[in-house]
Amino acid sequence: MIAASLMLLLLFVFPMWQITLLAPQYPNGLTMNLWIYKITGDIAAMNILNHYIGMAKITASEFKEFVYFPYVVVFLSLTGLVAAFSKKRSLILIWVIVVIVLGIAGIYDFYLWEYRYGHNLNPNAPIKITGMAYQPPLFGRKELLNFIAYSYPAFGGIAIGISIGLAGIAWILSIIKK
Amino acid sequence: MKQFKIAKKLAIFSALAGLILTISSCGNQAKKEREGFRTSGALAENAAERVYVKPGDYDEFYAFLSGGFSGQVSVYGLPSGRLFKVIPVFAVDAEKGWGFNEETKPMLETSYGFLPWDDSHHPELSQTNGETDGRWLFINGNNTPRIARIDLSTFETVEIIEIPNSGGNHASPFTTQNTEYVFAGTRFGVPYPQEDVAIKEYAKKFKGVLSFIKVDPETGSMNIAFQILMPAFDYDLSHAGKGKSDGWAFFSCYNSEQANTLLEVTASQKDKDFIAAINWKKAEEYLKAGKAHDTPAKYTHNVYDDGTQMATSTMKNSVKVLLPEECPGLVYFLPTPKSPHGVDVDPSGEYIVGNGKLSADMSVHSFTKMLSAIENNEIDTVLFGIPVLKYESVLAGIVKEAGLGPLHTEFDDKGNAYTSFFITSEVVKWKVGTWEILDRASTFYSIGHLMIPGGDTRKPNGKYLVAMNKITKDRFLPTGPEVNQSAQLYDISGDKMKLLLDFPTVGEPHYAQGIEAEKIVPNSRKIFKLEENEHPFKTLSEKDTKVVRDGNTVHVYMTSIRSHFAPDNIEGVKVGDDVYFHVTNLEQDYDVPHGFGMMGARNAELLIMPGQTETLLWKPQKQGVFPFYCTDFCSALHQEMQGYVRVSAKNSNVKLKWSLGE
Repeated sequence: MIAASLMLLLLFVFPMWQITLLAPQYPNGLTMNLWIYKITGDIAAMNILNHYIGMAKITASEFKEFVYFPYVVVFLSLTGLVAAFSKKRSLILIWVIVVIVLGIAGIYDFYLWEYRYGHNLNPNAPIKITGMAYQPPLFGRKELLNFIAYSYPAFGGIAIGISIGLAGIAWILSIIKK
Repeated sequence: MKQFKIAKKLAIFSALAGLILTISSCGNQAKKEREGFRTSGALAENAAERVYVKPGDYDEFYAFLSGGFSGQVSVYGLPSGRLFKVIPVFAVDAEKGWGFNEETKPMLETSYGFLPWDDSHHPELSQTNGETDGRWLFINGNNTPRIARIDLSTFETVEIIEIPNSGGNHASPFTTQNTEYVFAGTRFGVPYPQEDVAIKEYAKKFKGVLSFIKVDPETGSMNIAFQILMPAFDYDLSHAGKGKSDGWAFFSCYNSEQANTLLEVTASQKDKDFIAAINWKKAEEYLKAGKAHDTPAKYTHNVYDDGTQMATSTMKNSVKVLLPEECPGLVYFLPTPKSPHGVDVDPSGEYIVGNGKLSADMSVHSFTKMLSAIENNEIDTVLFGIPVLKYESVLAGIVKEAGLGPLHTEFDDKGNAYTSFFITSEVVKWKVGTWEILDRASTFYSIGHLMIPGGDTRKPNGKYLVAMNKITKDRFLPTGPEVNQSAQLYDISGDKMKLLLDFPTVGEPHYAQGIEAEKIVPNSRKIFKLEENEHPFKTLSEKDTKVVRDGNTVHVYMTSIRSHFAPDNIEGVKVGDDVYFHVTNLEQDYDVPHGFGMMGARNAELLIMPGQTETLLWKPQKQGVFPFYCTDFCSALHQEMQGYVRVSAKNSNVKLKWSLGE
């Protein structure tokens, strides 16, 4: 359980999610890394390409989430530790459920964010294709004009999963022990 | 009887047929031989495999070929022979704005003013421990003596220094094994100091100067450390000692007759000319001891700064000169038959090959024997205060009757040497030490220089040899009277040389350097970072764009990004203004340059790399509205990347105005 709690702190060291765009003239791809408090990668290059289809500029200031995500993560980590040391089974269970719920909420937020960028296009954009939206996939692979977009959790996202798994195991072990 | 008749007829018939065949085969013989001249050596299928680099794959080597009278350097891949780039050095290049934009104009300044052209001969890669290190490439300007340095992270010329007291900077630039110096010998004797004298006073008033240019080990910055005042022979080529002979420099010379007219006859009289051996470590001691004469000399030093992205030209006023007669042990002459062209030092540093171009044999000197000849005072005579060592005392061996017209020798990693023979149009492979001839391969036609990657260093890579031929004739599809020079690639990994490939070259390559690609690729820059841009007229975002008038001068602070210029509508410019477009390319992605072409501009385009700022001067001459546009196809909306400048009469009241998207 201690490990599960500390695992979440890895989100400060690794990005949560990664979107990669591949096209012949970008042999190494363009990548965007979503962290809990910033975005990194080839954002400038993506923005330049996106302006042709009228997509809004991706900037850190557009993400209110970056302000409170770190507090949420620290809070979860601390409460996880409290649950661990209290050795109360119910607390562990509550903690796991809260993390899962927040995780789902985060994914839903990510989906909304993708939807917003993919659909709110400037009507004066140079390239307009009727019926075309540019929402990247939530998970997996999708073709968007000349690009193939890939969207997968990065190491930070995997850490959340591991954390949930570890906490779940801790809960089950505590049942067995009893 | 009848049978006999038939037999007889048959015999006559076959004799006739034989005769006809013989005659026709005589004709065929010439034809075959002619074919042979064109194709011998190439085993087509095998050769195709050896030079094929499949699409998307990289060549194993870079080859830097001098441009000769083009004044530039061209960059090829080996073994494919594909041309990657032409680096502008001594000649203006409208394509890249080199010498046309305000940033690079100072690079071509000399003590004679701005020179738009020179003749570039010998590229030389920087070395560490006698091996190429992939940092810089040096090359000489032959016509108006200069040496340029190209930075191999950007493949751009970043420094050019003029060489005073010199004329025809041919024996140049050759580097020591840790790039402490590159040196330069004058091909033409010139009056010293330069003055208005009768040409007939050549022997009396003319001198030949050897220059040693110190290279900063960190920055590569060049500075003439000293010159040595030599008799007015024609210093032709050079190479540094290496390994055991490190600390010495060798210069070949012809015209030890000191003729000043009809040199093809008058400078070819003596049986032997010289290789001058210079002890540059000794020169450093004499320099320290204050033996050098501070001599007035005007020459420019032009430096391009990666931060400000601008070149500056500084005039220097003095140079230190050493006189051999005042500096014993500094210079020795090694007698060498006859009018030696190249002087090449083998990878061990022991053997100094004199490519005596008018001699049937090639003399090879021994460095060890030279040192003992100096020690034992085995001196033939003293010329102009310089001891001439005894030929027999320094000679290591002779490569006998190898061919006609030896010019240059390079080495492989198996103890073999390869010499180009201009007159017999061939490369001859011989064994260093035994001087035995191992193989010969025809070249098409009349080879000048040859190059093996690392072939003049301590660590040659003996896989390929490039022949740079002076005559092309029928090798390629004809292109009118003027045809490209031709280079040829040989496989030298086996016992026999094999011709693999012909490829046309830019200008007339004289020498080349080859280097393993892996020594350069990791350092190759992709973009210039905007935050490192220190150009005084940079514009780092569109909101900072502006147009500023200062009297008759108008500065346009412009940006370019896919797919527009900011601003793209400018009004208030007047006839007679000097309009400076300072265009910053805001892109930060690899291979997204933007060009800038202004209608009626009497210079060239700008070609601006990502993160860079370049400046074009435009002097509008007529009233009207004139378009500008991006010249480098940058994006799907490249054709929309355009704008207008309105030019009003000198006395008009049109206000200065600029905009984008209004």
